[in-house]
Order: sequence, then structure tokens, then C-alpha cells
Amino acid sequence: MSEKTPSRPLPETRNAGEKFWKAAAEGSLLVPKCTACARTFWHPRPRCPHCGSNRVDWIKGSGGGTVHTFTVVRQSGDPFFKTRVPYAVAMVELDEGPRMMTNVVDCPVDSVKIGMRVEVVFEAAGENLAIPMFRPAGSAK
Amino acid sequence: MSQTHLSGQVSIVGAATAGIGWETGNSVSEIMAEAVLSALDEAGLSVRDVDGVFAVTPYYWMPSATLADQLGIQPKVTDSTNIGGASVVAHVGHAVRAIVSGQCEVAVIAYASTQRSDGGKLVTGADILPFERPYGALFPISGYAMLMQRHMYEHGTTREQLAQVAVSASQWASLNPDALKPEAISVADVLASPLISDPLRKLDICLVTNGGGAIVLTSRDRAKKLRKPAISVLGTGESHSHCYVSNMRSYTATAGVESGRAAYEMAGLGPKDMDVVQIYDAFTIMVLLGLEDLGFCAKGEGGRMVDRGIGPGSKLPVNTSGGGLRYCHPGMFGIFLLVEAVRQLRNECGKRQVENTRRALVHGFGGVVAGNATVILGRDG
Ligand SMILES: [Zn+2]
Repeated sequence: MSEKTPSRPLPETRNAGEKFWKAAAEGSLLVPKCTACARTFWHPRPRCPHCGSNRVDWIKGSGGGTVHTFTVVRQSGDPFFKTRVPYAVAMVELDEGPRMMTNVVDCPVDSVKIGMRVEVVFEAAGENLAIPMFRPAGSAK
Repeated sequence: MSQTHLSGQVSIVGAATAGIGWETGNSVSEIMAEAVLSALDEAGLSVRDVDGVFAVTPYYWMPSATLADQLGIQPKVTDSTNIGGASVVAHVGHAVRAIVSGQCEVAVIAYASTQRSDGGKLVTGADILPFERPYGALFPISGYAMLMQRHMYEHGTTREQLAQVAVSASQWASLNPDALKPEAISVADVLASPLISDPLRKLDICLVTNGGGAIVLTSRDRAKKLRKPAISVLGTGESHSHCYVSNMRSYTATAGVESGRAAYEMAGLGPKDMDVVQIYDAFTIMVLLGLEDLGFCAKGEGGRMVDRGIGPGSKLPVNTSGGGLRYCHPGMFGIFLLVEAVRQLRNECGKRQVENTRRALVHGFGGVVAGNATVILGRDG
């Protein structure tokens, strides 16, 4: 072990995302939902982007979603991601409504398609942190 | 409130580029200043006439102050609005209002970058959403790739149609003595170039070069006394629909719909009245989105419109300089769209001149189609 293995760039876990990342570390995907207008949204923030209310709460997502659009990254200058190419970046539409950026994993990159059903899976990263990603639905080992 | 009373009140009287190339010995502020001085010289104005300074570049904290400092100007109006590559196009609308209201008389708008010399990568101050950070999307390439993927899925747009955008750009570039990539390319060349972020390939993506540009604006009355034929600002519009790729409401439509509508309404014109079109083309998909959202064809018809032709000799000439794909691309390309539109309207474009050009539309995109700004220009007679 001479060279330090580059690590995945990590998210900001403070502020409005704190509960989200805490839940992710415990294996559950939370979705922000406004109790004033009853709508879900992404990304987490202190006020609802639909109506401006600060009555923002969380619901536990089902973990299911559909690929809305995606790309396969073939080249990267980033020290971590260049060790991972090719990998799929996607906008996944959660069953609860909002779309989130993620990676589609556990399948060949060329099998990723718009409209494919996916389910959340967490990849451990750093200390007490897990990153939500998605794999083809029903591919549990 | 209707903006029609502003239409034609302000003219572009100078337009110039500076430092376009792969290598440069000048700094960004020096290139901006050189472009401004050339544009003023064209008009027969001096730097002492300038009382409005508009500038943007990722290089400085306060770009309009940097430029004014370099030129020795203390302006009455200053504006560094940054909505990415659409910024200077939006500045035109701001300058029109500043001049009509009497806040300033002579405004300059400038941009420059030396991103080629500074590592050969896009230099940008853009931040990505912290929630996007762990996933390795290339900014802005992967964002545009996802737009392209969704457009192909929803509308049946083909890879060949998208490649044709780059081919048309290369045909225009071959007629532009200043183009840095004047070589002809074919659809097969585009489709054989390396995949960067599917379905985007290398030849779908703009160049990375140095360069800068500037335009000078003043009132219609003052413009009549100056050296060059005045080019009227007939319509302007601006908007942004999101900042981050994650928060796009649509992956196939842009706020160009709204910025375009505002510009058309102010001008009292529509897409059918445009003789040449300049749409920011950092990626081939942007031209399709622009043509659709600005009303040159219906949503989803952009691919078929490109098949009918946007190159030299076509009914709708698009990106007559060769664009960011083949002419030059020092980052935020808006200023080069404006300069090319002015030159077409002045009949200065030599081999690539479009005959009888009376109206030109310029559309800038910024970020991943976040910033949008539209300008309609015209010449009298
Ligand atoms: Zn709400």
C-alpha cells in the first residue's frame, strides 16, 4: 500500500441534507415532502420550492424508480472517477415523484435504458456514510 | 408591460474580436480591453465616450470592474450579470434599458478567456449541487448528454441528425478565414469520434480555445453620426429555469421558449422574419433545442429541420461563423454569436455572407441550458 486509493467525492452532509444522509447510512431513502402543499421535491432544502412553506418534512421512499434519462461516462479527469469508467449517471424518477441524480450500478452500462425500473442500493463511502444508487429492479442477490 | 417602445431605440455601432487562437501572450483583461478598443475604433468612438461597462468572464470576481480598471473608465452603469454563456446576450437587453432611460450613453459589452493556455479545459466558476457530487457527472458534458439521450428517446431524433449539426458547422467554418477548425468533417467522422459521455462524442463537443470579443452600443440618434452602419436592437429577452441539472423541469425543453417570446414580442417579429440565426452550440443538441424552442420548428422536429439543412446555401443559415464547434470556443460563446450577427447584417462576411440579411436572431445558453437570452437585431433598409 504505497499509493493512497482515491476516494469518491463526498456530499455535504450538513444543513438541509443532514437527515437524508443519516437515514441513507441506515439504509433508507428519505424524500422531502411539504406538509403545506402536500408535494414532494428534490433536492432537500429548508423551504418548499413549490409553495415557499417551511413546513417541510420527510417521507420514507419506497426505493423504487424509473430511469428518466442517463449517460455513460467514458472518460474522466477526476482521480476517483477515472478508476471507475465507464459508469452510468442517470436522472431517476422516484416513485414518490421527484427526480434525483444518481448512478445505475450492478448491471452492464450498455444495458441501461430510459424507462427501466430500478431500485435503491447503498454504497458505503467514508465514515458512517452511504451513497444511494440504483440497480435494475428485482436484481437482489 | 409591453417592451415594444424599446425596439430599435439602441444600435450596435462596433463589434470586434481579439486574441482568438490556441496560444496567447495576453491576459484575459488585456484581451477584453483590446476587443473593446477595436470595437470603439470601428465606430469612431474613444474610450472617453464610454459610460456603461458590461462584462463577464470566469476569471475575475468583478469582471466589469476589472475591465473598467484596465481601460481607465469610471462608468455610470456597471453590470457583471453571470448566467453562463448567455450572459453577454442578456447584457444587450440591460444596456438597451440603461441607454433608453438616460442612465448611460455609450455602453461596451465584453468577454474573454484564455482557457486553452490555462490547461486546455473549460474554465468555469460553476458549482454543482452538493447532492450531485458523489456521482461523477462531467460538468457540463454529462448534463447535455442526458438532454440528447432524452430527445432521441422522446422524439426519435437520430445520432445522424445530431452529427449533421457538426457537419454544417464545419461547412460554415471552411468559409471563415478566422475559424480554428476549417477542415470539412462528415457524419461518419462524427460517429467515429470517441464517446465521451453517451451519446455525446468528441465531435459533438465545442473546441477549447482562447479569445475575446466586444460590442459597443449607443442611442439610435447618436449611432447615425458614427462610422459603421448602425445595427438596431429590435428585441431582447432573458430567463433561467434552473441552476442545477438535477432541477430541470424538462430534459427536452428550455427557457428559450420564454426568452424568445419576449424578444419576438418586443420586436413585433417572429421566427419567419429571421434571415440568419446564431444559437450557442457548445454541444450539437443545443442547436436542435434552440431551433425548437425559438419556434423555427415544432418541438421534436429539430432533427428533421437539420436534415433539411442549416448549412451554407440552406433556407435557414445557422451559426454562420462555424460556431463553438468549429470557429472558436473560449468558454462563454455569447459575444461571438453577437459579433457574427452584426457582421452578417453589415454584409462583411465574405465567402460565408448570407445574401440580403436584414434580420438576425442570437440565442445564448448558459450552464446546462439554465441561462437563456435572446436578441433580435436588424439593419434599416
Ligand atoms: Zn409546498
